[in-house]
Amino acid sequence: MTATETPTRRITTAKAMAEAIGLEMRANPDVFVMGEDVGAYGGIFGSTTDLFGEFGADRVIDTPISETGFIGAGIGAAVEGLRPVVELMFVDFYGVCMDQISNHMAKIHYESGGAVKVPMVLMSATGAGYSDAAQHSQCLWGTFAHLPGMKVVVPSNPYDAKGLMASAIRDDNPVVYLFHKGAQGLVWMEKNPRSIGHVPEEAFTVPIGEAAIAREGSDVTIVTLSLSVQHSLDVAEQLEGEGISVEIVDLRSLVPLDRQTVLDSVAKTGKLLVVDEDYKSFGLTGEIAAIVAETDPTMLKKPVKRLAVPDVPIPYARSLEYGILPTRERIAEAVKDLMA
Amino acid sequence: MNPMNRLELYTEMVRIRQYESRILQEYHADKSPAWDIGAGLIPGEMHLAAGQEPAAVGVCAHLKKGDGITAPHRPHHFALAHGVDMNAMTAEIYGRTTGLCKGKGGHMHLFDPENHFSCSGIIAQGYPVACGQALAMKRKGTDNVAIAVAGEGAANQGAFHESLNLAAVWNLPVVFIIEDNDWAISVPRSDSTATTSNADRAAGYGIPGVRVEDNDVEAVFEAAGAAIDRARSGEGPSLIEIHTLRLWGHFEGDAQAYRTDLETVDERDPIPRYAAMLLESGELTEDQVQEIAATADAEVDAAIQFALNSPIPAPEDALLHVFA
Ligand SMILES: Cc1ncc(C[n+]2csc(CCOP(=O)(O)OP(=O)(O)O)c2C)c(N)n1
Repeated sequence: MTATETPTRRITTAKAMAEAIGLEMRANPDVFVMGEDVGAYGGIFGSTTDLFGEFGADRVIDTPISETGFIGAGIGAAVEGLRPVVELMFVDFYGVCMDQISNHMAKIHYESGGAVKVPMVLMSATGAGYSDAAQHSQCLWGTFAHLPGMKVVVPSNPYDAKGLMASAIRDDNPVVYLFHKGAQGLVWMEKNPRSIGHVPEEAFTVPIGEAAIAREGSDVTIVTLSLSVQHSLDVAEQLEGEGISVEIVDLRSLVPLDRQTVLDSVAKTGKLLVVDEDYKSFGLTGEIAAIVAETDPTMLKKPVKRLAVPDVPIPYARSLEYGILPTRERIAEAVKDLMA
Repeated sequence: MNPMNRLELYTEMVRIRQYESRILQEYHADKSPAWDIGAGLIPGEMHLAAGQEPAAVGVCAHLKKGDGITAPHRPHHFALAHGVDMNAMTAEIYGRTTGLCKGKGGHMHLFDPENHFSCSGIIAQGYPVACGQALAMKRKGTDNVAIAVAGEGAANQGAFHESLNLAAVWNLPVVFIIEDNDWAISVPRSDSTATTSNADRAAGYGIPGVRVEDNDVEAVFEAAGAAIDRARSGEGPSLIEIHTLRLWGHFEGDAQAYRTDLETVDERDPIPRYAAMLLESGELTEDQVQEIAATADAEVDAAIQFALNSPIPAPEDALLHVFA
C-alpha cells in the first residue's frame, strides 16, 4: 500500500478492471488489449479507461467491427506467446464470432493434446435492466460455461473485478470474463452503491474457481452471481429485519465451479434459491440444483427454487423487461416462499 | 431533376429531421439531473440519423409497394422515408402496446412486415436478410427489390462480404447501401478500413459499385435510381456508398470527446445547404420553408401524442410471442 492510499479508497468496477489490466501491462510487455472503442473512448463500459493514454495505440488497439477477425487474431497472438485481453463489446455479439471462441479458442489446447496454450482473456459486457432490448441485454454465461475448454469468471463487485482480471491475464488458459453493465458503476446508468467499493491500489489476485460467501446466514442459501449478488445482498439486509437470515454464495467463477462452497452452505441452511439473470432452462440454475441432487438431496428441507429469465428474449419496454428479470422483489418473494 | 422532385426530396428530409430532433428532445427531457440511460419515457440506447437524411430520401424515392429494406441500429430515417407508419413507430420507441412490435422491439428492432421493413442492432446482419428477401421477390416473379443498409463500419464484417458474393452469384435484386459517416462510434474510418472507397470492394464480387460524395441528395437519387432499375430489370445487385454526416453523437449521451471534426459539423448539415440551393434557384420560397417545417412539426407532434396516449404493456405480456 502506498503512503497516499487510504484503506477506504473506493473505485468503480469498471475502474477496477482497467486498473488490473494496466498493472499487468506494466508488469508484462506481452499483455495488450484490443477491441472496438477500447482506445481513446476507454471502452463503451469503461473497462479500458485511461489505458490508451498510458500505453498508446500499439498496445491498446481499436479494431474494425470484425469480431471473427480480431478474436481469431487474439487466439493466434496467444498461441505465439502474447497475452491478449480482447473485448467483445456486448456478449450478445457472440453470434458473429462464436466459431473462433468455441471451436478455436476453447478447443486448441485439448485438440493439440496439451501442446498448445491459449493464454487469452475475452472480456464482454452482459446484462439487462435499461431497455436495451433483445440483442443487447443477455447474460449468456451459461452458454460459454456449457462449452468445454474456457474458464468463465463473472465478478459482482470492484474488488473481485480487479483480482479476477489479474488472475485471468496470468492464466495459461482462455478465460471468458463477463462483467455486468449494471455493476460497472457507470455514471450514465442506474447503479447499486455496491458497484463502487474498496479496492487496494497494488496488484492482487482473486483465485479463479473459488466462490465467496458474500453474506453469512442460517435460514436460506442464495446461490447467485454478478449483479444478482448485489440485489440479493439488498434483499438479505431487508429480510434480516423480518427475522430471516440469508446466506449468499457469490459464485464468481462458473468454470471451474466451486461446488464445495455451494454444498457446504446448503448443508447448513437446508434451503436453496438459485438466482440467475441468464435464461432458465438448460443453464446455471439447473446445474446448481443438479449438484445438490447428485450429492445428497436429503440436505434439502424444501424443494430447490430457481429464479431466472423465463426462456424469453429480453423485451424492450420497461414494464415487459422488469416483468421477467430477477428483481429484488422476486428474490424476496422466493426466499419467503422457502421460509413458508 | 425537375422542381417537383426537388421539393419532395427537401420536404421528406425536413420531415425526418423534425422527427429526429423531437425524439432527441423527448429522449433527454426526463433523464436528468443524474443522466440515466434506462430512465424516462424513451429508455435505452438511441441512435439518431440527423445528417444522414440524403441517403434515406434519395434511395427511398425510388421504392414502391412490395420493396423491402433491412436497416441497421440507426434506422429511423430509412423507416420514415420508406413509409413506415410514424405513429406505430413512435409508439414502439415509447414501448407501447400500439407500437410496431407491441413494445417488445424498441428503436433498434423495428419490424413492419407490411412495408417489408426491418432493422437489427447487430452490425451488418441485415445484409444477408436482404439477400433472402430479394431471393423471395425473385422466386415469386415480382419486380420488387430489397435494399440493405449499413454503416461504413459494417463493411469490415464477414456478413457484408458473404452477402455481396451471394447476391452476385445468385443474381439477386438487391441494392447494398453503405452510409459512410466517417465514424464507427469512436473509430474513424481510416483506422478500420483498408480502402478509401467501399465502392471498390464491389469489384471483388463483380457487381457495380459507386461512391456518392458530399451527402448530396440529388446525387444519391441518381445513383440509387440506376441501381434500383438494374435490380428491377433482373440485372442483379449493386453497391452504393454514400459519404454522409453523423450530425450528433453515436448514441445519445455520447460526449464525442474523440471527434476531431466536431467544429465543422454544423456547416456540413445537408438540409440548410439544400434549402439554400433551392431558395437561390427560386424553386423554394421562404413561405414554403415555414410551411414544410410546420407540417412536419404537426405530424411528429401527433405521433408523439399517439404514443403517449397508448397503453403500457402488461408485464405478463413478456411471455407472449416466443413462438408462432
Ligand atoms: C456485431 C456487432 N459488433 C459491434 C456492435 C456495436 N456497435 C454498434 S454501432 C457500432 C458502430 C457502427 O458503425 P457504422 O456501421 O459505421 O454505423 P454508424 O453507427 O456510424 O451509423 C458498433 C461497433 C454491434 N452492434 N454489432
